[in-house]
Amino acid sequence: MLSLRLITPLHAQSSNDAAFLSTLGELREASYDDKGAIVERLSRSGHSSVRPVLTALLDGRLYSRNSDQKIFIVKSADVDPFNLIDPVSLKPAGSAAADSLTQIGTNNGLRRLLRTTVARFALSSPDAVVRLDAVREMLKSLDDPTVTLLRERAAVETNSGVKKEIASALALAALDGSDSKARLEAIATLRQSLSQDVRNRLALLVDKSPGGAFVESDEAVRRAAASAVQSIDGWRSFYSDIQTLFFGLSLGSVLVLIAIGLAITFGVMGVINMAHGELMMLGAYTTYAVQLAMPGHIGTSILLAIPAAFIVSGLTGVLMERTIIQFLYGRPLETLLATFGVSLILQQTVRSIFSANNRSVLTPEWMSGSLRLNDALAITYNRLYIVIFTLIVFFLILLVLKRTRIGLDIRAVSQNRSMAKAMGIRTEWVDAMTFGLGSGIAGVAGVALSQLTNVGPNLGQSYIIDSFMVVVFGGVGNLWGSLIGGMSMGTVNELLEPYAGAVLSKILILVALILFIQIRPRGLFPQKGRAAEDK
Amino acid sequence: MFATGWLLASVFVYSQVAAAQETIKVGVLHSLSGTMAISETTLKDTILMMIDAQNKKGGLLGKKLQAVVVDPASNWPLFAEKAAQLLEKDKVAVVFGCWTSVSRKSVLPVFEKDDGLLFYPVQYEGEESSKNVIYTGAAPNQQAIPAVDYLMKEVGVKRWVLEGTDYVYPRTTNKILEAYLLAKGVKSADISINYTPFGYSDWQSRVAAIKKFGSAGKKTAVVSTINGDANVPFYKELGNQKISAEDIPVVAFSVGEEELSGVDTKPLVGHLAAWNYFESINTPANKAFINQWHAFIKNPKRTTNDPMEAHYIGFNLWVKAVEKAKSTDVEKVIAALPGLETPNLTGGIAKVLPNHHITKPVYIGEVKADGQFNVVWKSAGTVPGDAWSDYLPGSKDIEADWVTLKCGNYNKVTKKCSGQNYK
Repeated sequence: MLSLRLITPLHAQSSNDAAFLSTLGELREASYDDKGAIVERLSRSGHSSVRPVLTALLDGRLYSRNSDQKIFIVKSADVDPFNLIDPVSLKPAGSAAADSLTQIGTNNGLRRLLRTTVARFALSSPDAVVRLDAVREMLKSLDDPTVTLLRERAAVETNSGVKKEIASALALAALDGSDSKARLEAIATLRQSLSQDVRNRLALLVDKSPGGAFVESDEAVRRAAASAVQSIDGWRSFYSDIQTLFFGLSLGSVLVLIAIGLAITFGVMGVINMAHGELMMLGAYTTYAVQLAMPGHIGTSILLAIPAAFIVSGLTGVLMERTIIQFLYGRPLETLLATFGVSLILQQTVRSIFSANNRSVLTPEWMSGSLRLNDALAITYNRLYIVIFTLIVFFLILLVLKRTRIGLDIRAVSQNRSMAKAMGIRTEWVDAMTFGLGSGIAGVAGVALSQLTNVGPNLGQSYIIDSFMVVVFGGVGNLWGSLIGGMSMGTVNELLEPYAGAVLSKILILVALILFIQIRPRGLFPQKGRAAEDK
Repeated sequence: MFATGWLLASVFVYSQVAAAQETIKVGVLHSLSGTMAISETTLKDTILMMIDAQNKKGGLLGKKLQAVVVDPASNWPLFAEKAAQLLEKDKVAVVFGCWTSVSRKSVLPVFEKDDGLLFYPVQYEGEESSKNVIYTGAAPNQQAIPAVDYLMKEVGVKRWVLEGTDYVYPRTTNKILEAYLLAKGVKSADISINYTPFGYSDWQSRVAAIKKFGSAGKKTAVVSTINGDANVPFYKELGNQKISAEDIPVVAFSVGEEELSGVDTKPLVGHLAAWNYFESINTPANKAFINQWHAFIKNPKRTTNDPMEAHYIGFNLWVKAVEKAKSTDVEKVIAALPGLETPNLTGGIAKVLPNHHITKPVYIGEVKADGQFNVVWKSAGTVPGDAWSDYLPGSKDIEADWVTLKCGNYNKVTKKCSGQNYK
């Protein structure tokens, strides 16, 4: 019935078209406020092209031709020349070079208005998700026509989610009514909502005016509203705690990811590798390079970058071990200085190849946005994937160390080098492989970091301290220690941050860590046995 | 004395002798390596371009201009050393340089001791006026205050998040803004101030906090003095947590065309920036400048930005002052500068004020998908730069005037000039 309202009788069509076009033409020179009024007029005109025209304006695809000031919809603003569409007939109208047209600009206020206006049309979309978004959009600014539309929709709506959202929108509108019973019913409906908009609306009913009297005169309504606000607040704070916990786990998993590689090179081999951060940076740049090599396939390129980064950073690690570190075993201070030197060389190399500027690694569609669990809780996809990714990497490494031949060799060499040698294990080869494995994991961490932070030559430096902290806290030489250590450090950090601020919470954690090391010098999960005592 | 120096110089820079017959040396003090290199290298190139153009026009006072470029490497104490080298060893007539406030503070004593002349091209926190510095960037009343006014009046913002990186510029600016907002009747419960370290990237809980703060039913905006790298993950997280510019707009003072080039701009679209210049402003002067820049840098994709315009203005002002004083002597040039006017790139006039700041128009732009800005508001005419903020209790009585008062720190109540004083 919505579409019926929009279709005008045929005989009126041509005059309607002319009026529509002239209103559209006014958009060119209008100020943003005037544009808003024009949009209102257009949406009331009932012309059949209102929706595509307003959608195009919202997306920045409405242009005027410089030569004759005619308005056109552009199919896609990404390809030059533009493919033009006639705004009235919606038929293709040839193409034109991008610089022969001027875009009709919008600002935030106008886009907001357009979104609500367009939402009214989306209400009849066959896609339930689109309808749900439309109702949520309309809920933000309820006026009489919107309420009428929603009421009409509620009668025919089949999807339960959309139904519920419409019900709360109608209940919100009903709050403004005068019938006390209807209002109480509305509050009862709204009580189940978790939306902040609903909560704020209800809270208005409990407010006092500056004079000290209650804004709402009906006491029953006031009391119901107060209790509803309390209930919504309770649920919201519960979900907000869950969210904080998730933030902690996600920060923790980043810490774990950057520390696993170090747990192998530092923990198992005892090498203080100051270039660990730069190996992560190499991984991040590998992601960038892979993405550059296959434009248009962002999602695939990220997945391909994982093995690529492992190989690049792993080989760099093997090269480092063979050329420098193997001569310095047992001399920690020299290893520290030498690997620090390597880190500077790697940074400068990257700077020479890719320039000092940060590179932008694009985020695939499936990693942006958030998973909306309810009105009060949404989890961002990129963090969610990184938590999962970290766990996969962690258990893979555990599997390699515990279940494979190379893993057995690594453990044997780290526990007792001379005995392993006596048993015929090529310890030098194992050293190189172990270091390569640790470095490769650093590269994989770099792929994840490229999605969270800037890819630049200094990327590694900002994470090196954190990764050492996790390994030391968790217990040198223990992967489980790194997992538990990283996760708990992340969670504590996120719990503290809202109260202490980013800088202070980091300091507090560092102080707590130092105190902890005083009590348990070997970390959370110290290595046991005779071999550990020798170290 | 001069002859021996000349002789020595001619021995050492033999190849330059022919060109250096009668030159005026222009110092360029911008980091060409280190963290600030990204931004400052562009400014070095801008000055080289201006010098090149001036020499093609026949130089200045019949002499050729010669650039002396040094690299302070984003290292603040090194800025002071290099400044001393420019002023004492190279005897440059003028220096164009610095970006961060801390680098400016580092060279300030050197310029005052050696009586040099510095043109500082970047927007800054104010609370300073030196006899030896011309501030061609914006003072807070030419950027931060108008941006807040815009949000308050045009967007109807009632709640404010002041989010900044933890160093002197954001801290001072936010102090001024907080005082301003309180003076405008905003309750302190409606202002949230927070600082994060340089290069911060774990924005999830900060953004969640902003979202929560912004969901109290009043229109909320974020005033961002977040600097450098930290911006990209910040905007990304805003996008991921579905906070659009329509819900909670972010107005930034340190995000310009240069910072946006090479960045995935999708999550930024619609957010705001306040500057005194945008590349997208369509004036003949700006078009000519952009073409000149592309031809000089040999890359048609390079952007122009606000501090570049400030250097353009600063250089032209210095040229005019030298022509007026008929000398490159610093004392005479400084005396000639106040009152001088030169057109800016956006169709207005930049005039040097007695407090060594200039008049600038204010623009507010929304980020577009291509990394350029769509101007949504501009000031009526130009705004004179105010060195000492009128909204801070410590500085509202202080005035800077190098023409009549000869003081950069004059207290109108006690009638005393403290600090730098040249009577």
